[in-house]
Amino acid sequence: MIALWIIIGVVVLLLLIFAGTYNRLVALRNRIDNAWSQIGVQLKRRYDLIPNLVNTVKGYAAHEKEIFEKVAEARNAAISAKTVPDQAQAENQITGALRQLFAVVEAYPDLKANQNFLALQEELTATEGRIAFARQFYNDTVLSYNNKVQQFPSRVIAGMFNFTPREFFQVEEAATGPVNVQF
Amino acid sequence: MLYDQLENNVRRSWFLLAGFVVVVLAAGYGFGLVFRAGPIGLIIAAIIAVILSWTSYRSGDKVVLRLSRAREVTPQEEPRLHNIVEGLAIAGGIPKPRVYVVEDAAPNAFATGRDPAHASIAVTRGLLDKMNRVELEGVIAHELSHVKNRDTLVMAITVTLVGILVLLADWTLRSFFWGVGGRDDRNGDGAAVFVVIGLVAAIFMPIMAKIMQMAVSRRREFYADASGVQLTRYPPGLISALEKLKADQTVVHTAVRATEALWIESPLQHQEGFMGRLNRLFDTHPPLDERIKVLREL
Repeated sequence: MIALWIIIGVVVLLLLIFAGTYNRLVALRNRIDNAWSQIGVQLKRRYDLIPNLVNTVKGYAAHEKEIFEKVAEARNAAISAKTVPDQAQAENQITGALRQLFAVVEAYPDLKANQNFLALQEELTATEGRIAFARQFYNDTVLSYNNKVQQFPSRVIAGMFNFTPREFFQVEEAATGPVNVQF
Repeated sequence: MLYDQLENNVRRSWFLLAGFVVVVLAAGYGFGLVFRAGPIGLIIAAIIAVILSWTSYRSGDKVVLRLSRAREVTPQEEPRLHNIVEGLAIAGGIPKPRVYVVEDAAPNAFATGRDPAHASIAVTRGLLDKMNRVELEGVIAHELSHVKNRDTLVMAITVTLVGILVLLADWTLRSFFWGVGGRDDRNGDGAAVFVVIGLVAAIFMPIMAKIMQMAVSRRREFYADASGVQLTRYPPGLISALEKLKADQTVVHTAVRATEALWIESPLQHQEGFMGRLNRLFDTHPPLDERIKVLREL
């Protein structure tokens, strides 16, 4: 009789652990999706800021056409990108083009003192920071999810329900190197 | 590790609230006995205890902000500060806290709120003026980790509850001294009880201060430094911020002993000599040199 109760107890305990682990895996996976969409929100914010910035700079440096086109082109490429690697590459182009734009601005003291421009610059710097932070948080959530998926004993349950490790967001080599500014 | 800290803090908060309820109930029972009022004292005490602990849980943060004369600022007023707070909140995966400024020249900052959804971060005008962007990020990240692991819950509850108790003890003590000088027609029974209450109150206050210090142990500052750096991924930012704080000798005018533990660095003046060393026993913060050293080793 006692043996039966022990068996029932063990089975119930195992079921509870099973359910707990499964729920934790689901929660972690959902958190990754949420973190990913946060990156999208911040990228959108940057797309919206760029036209304002370009228009402000145009008022002072109308003849720097080449750089304006480059920024617009990169922005369009990023918005219309279909796959994640494509988009990442286009985002890197935007970052590079914006750095060149800010380098050009150095030659216009009037523009550098413009309140509107300064506010946009602060907003853009902050948005770049937010994009980086959102990616960092995404990688943090992927890390804790992957640990759970690959470590024993949760990997047994992960295997049964097809929880597979996710990929980290990585910045391309080109974007980490210095940017060449040509005048 | 972070989750252990979080659970510890939540448990500690419940423990504090329970301890507070017991103390108030005991006081009510005592008064009931003294004035032969029977269970009425206990009932009144129970009502008071429930209201006060509920208030400290729900609005401890507002009390703290009010005490420090913090004013909420809009993104238009302080764009840089708002942007930094928002970015780091994204990095930590928590909602953006409300942002407050204390108009004071001493550089300092604190966070409060019972959970990340009800959090507030306050910085002084001095901090905004003296710190550059990376330093400010280091400080804000430190504060956000206090929010994330619920240090702020424990602190807000301690500050309000201990504040109330100290106030009550103080009040009892005063009325006792006043009673001795002012009246001579009191019967012996009542006077003796008042002496006891007065003595208990006198012992009470230092003990309360001690509890407060235990609840906000110094180790959490090291912990918040480390997890703050985990958000910015840039230890030199916080290191140079702490060094600026060290070099700065001004004190925050609206800071009092009750809220001292909240700030990133002790907002009160450090005394020299024997009294200074004695007070250091009750310090709520580890020395900045030690914190800088630990950060350098990361």
